[in-house]
Amino acid sequence: MSLLSIAYKSIRQRALASSLTALSVALGVALMVIVLVSYGIVDRMFSQRSIGYDLIVGPKGSELELVLNTVYRVRKASWKLPYQFYLDLRDDSRIAEAIPVALGDFTEEGGFPIVGTIPRYFVVEYAPGRKFQRKGKDLRRPFDAIIGSRVARQNQWEIGAKFTLVHGGAKSEHVHDEEFEVVGILKRTGTPNDRTVFVHLDGFFMIAGHEEDPEDIISRMIKFYPDPTDELRELMANIRREVEEESANQSKHEHDDHHHHCVPTWRKEVTAILLTVKGDMFGRVKRSIDLTRELKEGFQAQAVNPIVPMRDLMEIVVKNVSIVLGVMTIFIIIVAGVSIFVSIYNSMADRRKEIAIMRALGARRQTVFYIVLAESTLLCIGGGLVGVVLGHGLVFLAAPLVELQSGILINPFAFDIKELVLLPSLIVLASLVGFIPGLTAYWTDVAKTISD
Amino acid sequence: MSLLLENIRKSYREPGGQELPILDIDYFNVKEAEQMILVGPSGSGKTTLLNVIAGITVPDSGRVLIDGVEVTSLSEAARDRFRAERLGFIFQMFNLLPAFSALENVLLGMSFSGEKADRDRAGQLLERVDLGHRLHHRPSQLSVGEQQRVAVARALAKRPSLLLADEPTANVDIANQKIILDLICETCSENQVALLLVTHTLEVAAQFDRVERLIDFNKPGGSA
Repeated sequence: MSLLSIAYKSIRQRALASSLTALSVALGVALMVIVLVSYGIVDRMFSQRSIGYDLIVGPKGSELELVLNTVYRVRKASWKLPYQFYLDLRDDSRIAEAIPVALGDFTEEGGFPIVGTIPRYFVVEYAPGRKFQRKGKDLRRPFDAIIGSRVARQNQWEIGAKFTLVHGGAKSEHVHDEEFEVVGILKRTGTPNDRTVFVHLDGFFMIAGHEEDPEDIISRMIKFYPDPTDELRELMANIRREVEEESANQSKHEHDDHHHHCVPTWRKEVTAILLTVKGDMFGRVKRSIDLTRELKEGFQAQAVNPIVPMRDLMEIVVKNVSIVLGVMTIFIIIVAGVSIFVSIYNSMADRRKEIAIMRALGARRQTVFYIVLAESTLLCIGGGLVGVVLGHGLVFLAAPLVELQSGILINPFAFDIKELVLLPSLIVLASLVGFIPGLTAYWTDVAKTISD
Repeated sequence: MSLLLENIRKSYREPGGQELPILDIDYFNVKEAEQMILVGPSGSGKTTLLNVIAGITVPDSGRVLIDGVEVTSLSEAARDRFRAERLGFIFQMFNLLPAFSALENVLLGMSFSGEKADRDRAGQLLERVDLGHRLHHRPSQLSVGEQQRVAVARALAKRPSLLLADEPTANVDIANQKIILDLICETCSENQVALLLVTHTLEVAAQFDRVERLIDFNKPGGSA
């Protein structure tokens, strides 16, 4: 009969106390698993590894807000950039890809964010080395839409499905009349793209109510370009002329409010522009820095390396929260360890006689010491394994809820490499907490205990 | 197998600091396969004597030789090993481990000798003590008589050459006393095991090869 089976039977003999002790370890380990997995998910989510663009260009303001809007789509976009600015960047010789995005509306069903963009969006890598894969067609017509995997799954939309948008937010009551048709479904990317509906940028601007007051657009342009070139001045003059002609035409067709017509370029405004820069790694970094400086000085715009504000957020908030959780977890593990110690130590009073009997039967002092140590190890490892399963089970169950509430995509089977440290840590913990009860067994006075 | 005690002295210190002599035996022996009963009143040092023979208690002076091996000169670990391999022990209170079934208690008797626990032999021994139908019952599910029979099987499990029995019938009813003593004597005979049984009553002495009074050997403080 091995030491482990003797220890196991001793644990079984005190089933309730042992279960409660193992449960305290399990809860500590489960919490640790949740912290590790969550931190890993957030770290991957908000780091360079998950973003394929060098810069995000948006109106001046909070860098973090710009990234949260554009990449993670967790906040509502407020300010806009002139479409002309996008065209200028697209033609810049230093820029490999410039992708405009317009955000604002949500699907009526499911409340998924709408992103108006161009077909090139799906050609650029969404993360380093990772390209979109999809079934169906590209965005060709204005009212075509490509949906993320999560949208398809939750709304049970297939290719050919038609849907409408809610203006401004999922809780808004204004539903646009225009109907979009799903022409493509993206495969899972593990990014916010999975819960996004992409529509053609032209279609986005053709939605009734998305057109802005021309005077507002012009005043924003004047503000945006503090030192406009002659070409820009001419463009603004043309806009005014065009507006006047349009209003003259409109008075002739007053009843044609919802007629869908091609939106002139000047009327388009985008929320952000995603940029990838030409060159090797070093060249890209240098050009990105140059562009960031130029845009900051010349326009009412900013170019943000998406990593920087997210890393700051990680450093300031997420990392600190993680440290707090980590410290709490360590305390829980210590409490669990003390609980095992108290449980085994208290049981020693009852078991002294059993120990003495084993010694009388020929068990050596070391043998009974190891039996107690094996017992604490079994409790720690057993509780630890239950904790790992419990922790991952909770992550599995919480994943869809977290995704629904926060938009953060969680792989329900996420595993953190640091979890591999748990097992040796638990063995060390078991050795520590089993040591003193083990010594009590070691020093048991056989003759006295048996005669008692 | 033979047991020989020479000049064994053992005393305990009382709470007041005075020495209380328990054992003072000049010479005592048990021959190979002999079945001996040693009778003495409570407090006469019977249990201490068995503990000294088993190497559980170290005497203040003197020698214990079992089969020519001087147990008293062995290290504690070696004494443990010797006890595990060569001695069987039956306690007055049976002392079965409550977490283990009857079969497991017998297997436990084999576990500390370094040899592989033999389930077949453990089962056979329990069959021999008429507990073949109770192999997987825990001590709490067994009667007092059955528990002591398990203790007998456990003591014999590791094929000892000397079986030490400390008032094995003190806590069983009269009907079971005879059954258990018969069982101990029979199984010792079958296995050529020497038996030293200590008790406070002579009622059970009839079937033993040799009956002795402890007081004839043990003269603590020069008494008797």
